[in-house]
Amino acid sequence: MSFVNGLKCRECGQAYDVQPLHVCEMCFGPLEVVYDYDGLRRTLTRERIEAGPPSLWRYRDLLPIEGEPVTGLVSGWTPLRRAPRLEREWGCSELWIKDDSVNCPTLSYKERVVSVAISKAVEFGFKTVGCASTGNLGNSVSAHAAAVGLEAYVMIPHDLEQGKVLGSQIFGPNLVRIRGNYDDVNRLCAEIADKYGWAIVNVNLRPFYTEGAKTFGFEVAEQLGWRLPRHMVVPTAGGTILPKVWKAFQELTQLGLVDETPCSIYSAQAAGCNPVVTAVHAGTDIIKPQKPNTIAKSIAIGNPADGYYVVQAVSESGGWAESASDEEIVAAIKQLARCEGIFTEPAGGTTVAVTKKLIEQGRINKDESVVISITGNGLKTQEAVLGKLDEGVIIDAKLREFDEVVVKQRVPEPAGT
Amino acid sequence: MSICVRIPTPLRKFTEGVAELEADGANVGEVLDTLCGQYGEFKSRLFKEDGSLNRFVNVFVNEEDIRFGDDLKTAVKDGDEISIIQAVAGG
Repeated sequence: MSFVNGLKCRECGQAYDVQPLHVCEMCFGPLEVVYDYDGLRRTLTRERIEAGPPSLWRYRDLLPIEGEPVTGLVSGWTPLRRAPRLEREWGCSELWIKDDSVNCPTLSYKERVVSVAISKAVEFGFKTVGCASTGNLGNSVSAHAAAVGLEAYVMIPHDLEQGKVLGSQIFGPNLVRIRGNYDDVNRLCAEIADKYGWAIVNVNLRPFYTEGAKTFGFEVAEQLGWRLPRHMVVPTAGGTILPKVWKAFQELTQLGLVDETPCSIYSAQAAGCNPVVTAVHAGTDIIKPQKPNTIAKSIAIGNPADGYYVVQAVSESGGWAESASDEEIVAAIKQLARCEGIFTEPAGGTTVAVTKKLIEQGRINKDESVVISITGNGLKTQEAVLGKLDEGVIIDAKLREFDEVVVKQRVPEPAGT
Repeated sequence: MSICVRIPTPLRKFTEGVAELEADGANVGEVLDTLCGQYGEFKSRLFKEDGSLNRFVNVFVNEEDIRFGDDLKTAVKDGDEISIIQAVAGG
């Protein structure tokens, strides 16, 4: 039993029954799940959530499945970590890292949307699932499909990082590498979904898929002690996560689970692919597509269909948007690793770099709480930092050589010697 | 002149399931107007009242988004292929 009433077009409001439909037949707008908030208000309490499993499914009442979830039982409920050394570096008083780089099983925020989409695909009776991916989604779909026993087709740009390709291949999906960028892959997948009737999770199951992203926001609020952060910085690729984090915070407020307090959300993009940042800076909600050119391949989406909703959420929440160059992204990956022991991929580096910029610009107040969204793991994107790190030294297994080479040259003299 | 236009699934119920149509026009806007003339239900689904495309409708000429060209004024010639695709993303 769920609290789902049906689907509704976000643009024109046309209502639909729950079905694997993602596009409004009247205006092509995206469809969204509609919940019975009155029923939820009567039923959902903090205690009920706290008694739930240590996974994203503790928020099951706010997710669109009818029966038991079939996957994602160990996904979500990732650490929200304080970042004291980064606080000192930046002169901030309350910095948090929401760390999906350790999200099980494939180490990215995508577990959240995939767990919901695949559970729903099974409810609808699909036997084949698929996705268009810049890497993490493909990894997640491949893993969950394998564990549930579904056939999977994963469509990716042909030139993704090795770790991202391997991270799908190992689970045995049908991997299709497309000569083109992500937007080309995406367009093809829309046509494939039309033609073959597969559950392409980020296409025809999109209304259900995107609901999983809310859990990123739910967890932040619960882990902060049932309160909203004052500022939250979120990377923007296709535009799924930021609007859903905003929706999650609004739902919690509406249902009386958190107090209504100001919360501003900021979009972070790479300078080499920043259509949403460009729109926000220009004060418009019309997104002009771009041809991506950045090492942050996972967020290199030049035509983000949900970009409009990102701009809307940023504006409603009193947030902003900023970009980071490839150099700033790499520097931020290193800074996060060295200060907090977290190794993130370029999308995470983008978010850290943009947070630093927004603080320097004074848009984020140093004395207020800030959450940085880390959505993926750096081990999958080694190319981004390869050759840019201290190589260390190679020596023989001789103490004298260690003394000469390592200690004398590299270890600073202790004071007083 | 004859341009092939690929019709997305939500519109095929008005074309009796036909997925590809031929239409005439010197640019994308003219080709789409021709189609809307033949299939009245297309117009409100593709276009806003001011004549611009609905936000979630993407149009491609030979796989290239018209927003990288001249939008609805993007020129087309014999043998070109126009695709009408609902905008989605994710990744």
